[in-house]
Amino acid sequence: MSTEKKKKSGESWQMHIVKREMLSRPRAWGIRLAAIAIALVLCALLIYSITKLNPVKVYVSMFKGAFRGSLRTWNTIRDTMVLLCISLGLAPAFKMKFWNIGAEGQVLVGGIATAACMIYLGNQLPLPLLLVVMFVASCLAGAVWGLIPALFKAKWNTNETLFTLMMNYIAIQLTAYFVALWENPYGSNSVGLINPDTHGGWFPPLFGMDYLLNVILVLALTVGMYFYLRNSKQGYEIAVVGDSENTARYVGMNVKRIILRTMIISGAICGLAGCIAVAGTSHTISTEIGGGRGFTAIIVAWMSKFNAFGMIAYSFLLVFLEKGAMQIASDFGLNNETSEIMKGIILFVVLGSEFFLNYKISFRKISAKEEKNA
Amino acid sequence: MSFFQTLPALIQVAIAFGTVIMLGCCGEILTEKSGNLNLGIPGVMYLGGIASLTGVFFYERSTENPNGFVCILIATVCAFLAAALGGLIFSFLTTTLRANHNVTGLTLTIFGAGVANFFGGSLNKLAGGVGQISVATTSAAFRTVLFPFAGDLGVVGQLLFSHGFMVYAAILIAVAMQIFLSRSHRGLHLRAVGENPATADAAGINVSIYKYLSTCIGCGIAGLGGMYYVMDYTKGTWAHDGTIETLGWLAVALVIFTTWKPKNAIWGSYLFGMLYWMYLYIPGLSRNTQPLFKMLPYVVTIAVLIVISIHKKRENQPPASLGLPYFREER
Repeated sequence: MSTEKKKKSGESWQMHIVKREMLSRPRAWGIRLAAIAIALVLCALLIYSITKLNPVKVYVSMFKGAFRGSLRTWNTIRDTMVLLCISLGLAPAFKMKFWNIGAEGQVLVGGIATAACMIYLGNQLPLPLLLVVMFVASCLAGAVWGLIPALFKAKWNTNETLFTLMMNYIAIQLTAYFVALWENPYGSNSVGLINPDTHGGWFPPLFGMDYLLNVILVLALTVGMYFYLRNSKQGYEIAVVGDSENTARYVGMNVKRIILRTMIISGAICGLAGCIAVAGTSHTISTEIGGGRGFTAIIVAWMSKFNAFGMIAYSFLLVFLEKGAMQIASDFGLNNETSEIMKGIILFVVLGSEFFLNYKISFRKISAKEEKNA
Repeated sequence: MSFFQTLPALIQVAIAFGTVIMLGCCGEILTEKSGNLNLGIPGVMYLGGIASLTGVFFYERSTENPNGFVCILIATVCAFLAAALGGLIFSFLTTTLRANHNVTGLTLTIFGAGVANFFGGSLNKLAGGVGQISVATTSAAFRTVLFPFAGDLGVVGQLLFSHGFMVYAAILIAVAMQIFLSRSHRGLHLRAVGENPATADAAGINVSIYKYLSTCIGCGIAGLGGMYYVMDYTKGTWAHDGTIETLGWLAVALVIFTTWKPKNAIWGSYLFGMLYWMYLYIPGLSRNTQPLFKMLPYVVTIAVLIVISIHKKRENQPPASLGLPYFREER
């Protein structure tokens, strides 16, 4: 029994919160969709109260901002892929209940490694080989950045939430250091496009589409992660450690090794996202290549309950909001922070709705007699 | 110029930033003592900053001669309430609806930053004006030196006494909180809730109320930090550069550094303020070595985190139930 509420009007009710058994999948997704719908209505109300604009028009304008013309559509897809890639990286760590808040930093060091390859090897190696080198380098950098907090967690149970959070800021300053080092032209305080003429290390267009390689890479990773978490032995170990470390230890799993291994994977994928962001998207390096997506991805991974395909939908939704908000900003002369507000509202509602996935509330009338006994 | 000649200037800026961090840190300590790990502190500080700015903006527009004291009152009340409201969202989601602390907190940070930067950038436009907001009277009131004799006391006296009242208010809050947590009955209850909510519950302490109140009040105090930054450091205007967020994370880091004791926040926050600005005052740094010095506060925090986890000294540990939701029926 958890909470009792009594009405003064004679009859009294008892509210009882109980943990649910597993919800059927369609019902669970129904609750989530309902939550998003409620959130969008709340956002519309907010937009109306601030700007007195017709919210339907605003949403139409957002849709245009994200999808009108192939350039915008591709930009939306491209940004979705980076966010999705980071979320995929976070999923195994979070499933293990290892709070890797450090994706932002892992993305940045992956980006640094990629940029280094592009700058120092960009015009020396043939492109396919260079791409492989970049992938490996960015994965390694991200893995190391993820492994450091994991080592301390495994050995001394150091709080990983705060550790990985601090690693973000170290990575940001490290990036600033390299930006100053590679600065081009001198005094601009930015690196500028790397290899603008030779395109050394840029992701090549496939079938005439600039960002197709990003999409293929990330979608392959999505499918891989789905089966890794669901069907592999390692995925099962992650789930057990996440649910109960003691159980894992009792059945003879090497918890330390699982933590380290999972964080290497998690960091490596986030590092790869940095590679995609640098070599496949911006073709330069700055402290902004993470752009807060390391934090947004945490929410994507959590909301989709580590289901890789659910992550596609959620990252798409969030990028859509971002692009849409930019359009609102230019159409109606506001600044594009509206997307952050809407993101916040949607996430609050979705987080709140999870309660109804895990618990159910039942009401029961209590007779006067029962009440006396209580 | 040698390092020692620039030291007073460094201490000045360190005290300004340190005060922001101290308020954020004290708020977060109070919150974390109840077992709520609120990573929404940066967002809450944003909310406090923008609410105080909005409140006095409308007040200053509505009267010919705004009164400095009323300005301060309005700013403080707005900042505290708005930030506490952010805390209420967090408490409702984590305590009542048992949502995950990390995710909820990060969302609160995103939300708070969004709200603040949105209104900070477009408040004046929405109200029909042009350009940026500026609340000159309030800012002047906040920056009025509390002790008028400060100028006559030489360098040391100036460093100690030539600040606005918030610098001293922050220290008072930290001292009061230390006394509350370690000496009072309610403080003991609060710590019990953070260490082991089930035991506290069994002992008859209302776990939910303690979690709600400590989180909301803690957020309110952190919100005052945002207000101080806006009113004092940016002189009553809005700067869209993410400094509040950086300071907010430093406040979260400082909580670890102080090992959850407000009394350590008093010197720790000034130390962090110094570490933050150190790169400007060390001679001979080039533009690309500066970032390496900007890492200092974070590296120091990690070092402290590691040391307390290795040493396992009882009194330095985080509250045992930090970040875990509590559900009475779960075993």
